[in-house]
Amino acid sequence: MKKVLVIFIATLIGVITFLPFLWMIAASFMPTGAANTYPPKLFPDKFDFSHYTTLFTRLNLTKYLLNSLIISLGVTLFSLLLNSMSGYAFAKFRFSRKKGLFKFLLSSLIIPAQVTMLPLFLILKNLGLINTYWAILIPGMASIFGIFLIRQYAFSIPDSLIEAAKMDGATEMQVYLRVILPLCKPILVTLGLFTFMGTWNDFLWPLIVMTDANMYTMPVALANLMSEHVQDTELMMAGSVITIIPVLVVFLALQKYYIKGIMMGSVKG
Amino acid sequence: MGVEGETVSKLVPEFEKQNPGIKVKVLQIAWIAAHEKLITAFASETLPDVFQLGNTWVPEFQSLSAIEPLNPYIKKSSVVHESNYFPGIWETNVLDSTVYGIPWYVDTRVLFYRKDILEKVGYKNPPRTWAELYDVSKKIKQKLNRYSFFIPTNEWLPFILFGIQNGSDLLKDNNSYANFSGKEFSDAIKFLAKFYHEGLAPIDMQQVMNVYQAFGEGFFSLYITGPWNVTEFQKRLPADVQNEWMTAPLPSPNNDYPGYSLAGGSSLVLNNKSEHKAAAWKFIEFLSTAKTQLQFYKLVSSLPAVKEVWNDSAFVFNPYMKAFYEQLNKTKPTPKIPEWEQIVFSKVQQNFAEKIARTSEPIDNVLKQLDGDVNSVLEKRRWLLEHNRK
Amino acid sequence: MQTKTKFSALVLFLGPSLAVIFVFFFLPVIIAFMLSFTDFDIYSLGNYGYLRFVGFKNYSTLLSEPLFWTALKNTFYFVLVGGPLSVATSLGAAILLNSKFIKYKGIFRLVYFLPVVTTLVAVSIVWRYFYHPRFGLLNYILSLVGIGKIDWLGDPTFSMPAIILLAVWKNFGYNMIIFVAGLQNIPTELYEAASIEGASAWKQFVHITIPQLAPTTLFISLITMIGYFQLFAEPYVMTQGGPLNSTLSIVLYMYQEGFRWWNIGYSTAIAFMLFFIIMIGTIIQFKLQKEGED
Repeated sequence: MKKVLVIFIATLIGVITFLPFLWMIAASFMPTGAANTYPPKLFPDKFDFSHYTTLFTRLNLTKYLLNSLIISLGVTLFSLLLNSMSGYAFAKFRFSRKKGLFKFLLSSLIIPAQVTMLPLFLILKNLGLINTYWAILIPGMASIFGIFLIRQYAFSIPDSLIEAAKMDGATEMQVYLRVILPLCKPILVTLGLFTFMGTWNDFLWPLIVMTDANMYTMPVALANLMSEHVQDTELMMAGSVITIIPVLVVFLALQKYYIKGIMMGSVKG
Repeated sequence: MGVEGETVSKLVPEFEKQNPGIKVKVLQIAWIAAHEKLITAFASETLPDVFQLGNTWVPEFQSLSAIEPLNPYIKKSSVVHESNYFPGIWETNVLDSTVYGIPWYVDTRVLFYRKDILEKVGYKNPPRTWAELYDVSKKIKQKLNRYSFFIPTNEWLPFILFGIQNGSDLLKDNNSYANFSGKEFSDAIKFLAKFYHEGLAPIDMQQVMNVYQAFGEGFFSLYITGPWNVTEFQKRLPADVQNEWMTAPLPSPNNDYPGYSLAGGSSLVLNNKSEHKAAAWKFIEFLSTAKTQLQFYKLVSSLPAVKEVWNDSAFVFNPYMKAFYEQLNKTKPTPKIPEWEQIVFSKVQQNFAEKIARTSEPIDNVLKQLDGDVNSVLEKRRWLLEHNRK
Repeated sequence: MQTKTKFSALVLFLGPSLAVIFVFFFLPVIIAFMLSFTDFDIYSLGNYGYLRFVGFKNYSTLLSEPLFWTALKNTFYFVLVGGPLSVATSLGAAILLNSKFIKYKGIFRLVYFLPVVTTLVAVSIVWRYFYHPRFGLLNYILSLVGIGKIDWLGDPTFSMPAIILLAVWKNFGYNMIIFVAGLQNIPTELYEAASIEGASAWKQFVHITIPQLAPTTLFISLITMIGYFQLFAEPYVMTQGGPLNSTLSIVLYMYQEGFRWWNIGYSTAIAFMLFFIIMIGTIIQFKLQKEGED
């Protein structure tokens, strides 16, 4: 009895959670106007791919996908490099005020990003970077959270390994490249995944710094499309499907790293 | 912006053929965020040589010293003359007798109405006065028990429009103080409020409701909207009502038909930091020739700014266009100050429109509050006027 | 082996990231703070001579601006109703997932988690149609149980609940994962001992699960609160803050003032108010936690 109830509730939540996705996918294949019927349909009567072709041919979606891809991958690569270097340094280097500096960084995590937006915009403007990929890439290159994650992980690397490498005459750089990076692979995957998905899904910042529609990322392009095609439900659904497919694929492939990252982030720092 | 951006790209090859040596690159921005994006582009010095501005934005960009005075160009031009344009529209581009923008396409609001429903309550012609507008709405309510007049509460437009119709200048003292509690404006709002409070205009469901479907079903039968909806209505209304709707100039508060409408539209302006001003002006001229204007209309159906084009068969044989032509000869601009956008959007639309429709608070109080809000927006303007006088 | 790391290595390893964080995070915070005491606006953008130092005027205007209070009220509504609801849903889902009756836990976890990783803008758009008063799936489902049509996003009473519902759906999976980990860390002996003493499942939940999970719950409440105070994309895409400003959040208000009207000084003051509120919220949560422990 209890078992049935538990399974029933769990399944019910699952169905409710999944319903919007199901409807989104179904509606994206319906002919124009078919999604606006009552009662709503959960399956298309016949598959109509025209919205997808419209998106790619008339509405320039390839360009936005490319923008999103370049930006997300770029931020991911840069931030992995910078964060892993300093995360490692915070874990293993010896220097005065290390703890204090790190604590200071961590405590600033409570400052909401919105505080920095307007001045950041003005700074980037003075650097002439507004409406370029750099406007998103540069501020995303290092993050306190990323440094924190790497640091936590790097603690577990035994000092003896590092010392041994140094005995063999390795420089700090060589230690980092040959010993630390390979050992940190799992956490790098995790952080990379977080960064990629976070950047892909980000909305407010690209909305602000990209002035030319040719530079829009997928979410911004989608919100923009929405304002001009509110009535075209099916088209908007197709756009939504395309926007979330890349993150879903990446997530499904690397799920366990993502879950691990959540746990690490939740360990009291 | 929006579709227009796509379309200009199609016109560019012709221009490049006529003017070898000039290359045109088209940048597109979305209409919804156009204003933000243009200012952002200004702030980051990425404005193109020529750009399109909603004509109410011209004062803002002038105050930013972002756009070039055009009088010397017009003087030498064989294409652009003031007399080619509708006076009310031209006027929106003029600040202290200096011209800053050339009308590219025009936009004004007219009345879209359901002939069949109006006939049912005894109106063969669309309402010509406010009194008739109210009367026909009342009758539709009584006889058919339906809403009649759709006045969206999530737009500033109807409120400002009726105020202007009633002769309000909206602001006073060199546009440095608000005048919404003035008699003309408050009378107009009281007139509009009646439609909400007596159940003649729907208050709810703006957000997601499909206007085409609602108009098609006769959920409402009078709607003040713009030229883009002519094509949209033709495309989206059910076949059986296609012959049952028409456009008409706006009713007037007195007997001076038609009443005023807003002088809307888009202007082409020259970036004053441009290094290719001569070439950029050539492009503006190219877009202002009757030929290009007609082509542009055929591509996106934005109404041409050049009057001559309206003699073309595309217009003469389009019954829906007649109302627009008449209305365009009777338009008034909104106050030409940089703060106007902010005033209408963040004060009138966001704070005030729904209040009028929904609350039972006395309208005079609401308008006094509005005056207070708007006056605080204008504080900097008053300071600057003072400052520059010194 | 306690030698200090060479300075050159420190510069090489820490330099780049700290430089980026300083120039693109701390510096903006400092500038924002200074800007919040000026009337930096669209005129100043064109000519710095039109910039005035105004002291605390932005803050005082803010406090007397009804729209700010509306935004504040809405944000608190969202945080105080949406937050606990979100945390409770996560906990419930975690307990279900942790139950011995459930097979194929991986699949359930995956499905529950899907909304978390998907793009907020995309799902907001989907939900906008989901909430459609006439054709929306939600109203259809409600009509099956006899509830009449609700204009979710068009009616000021229902617009915020609609946004909360979306936020709970979108976010519960994340905290659920953390809760599952927390549940697995509770020693099973505790439950076994309680069962022997004949404590009911509910009693076990109240006396074992809840206290044992307290640190986890504090952490989750904290990150949820901080995140929820920054509500933006949902109302931006779904309602633009309407109807009747019922979904205008602080960040949305800040965005409008800053990037739409370019009242930059005023807008940074809003941002600092938000910061201030979040800080107070954090302190309160920690205090509550301390009291709970004593």
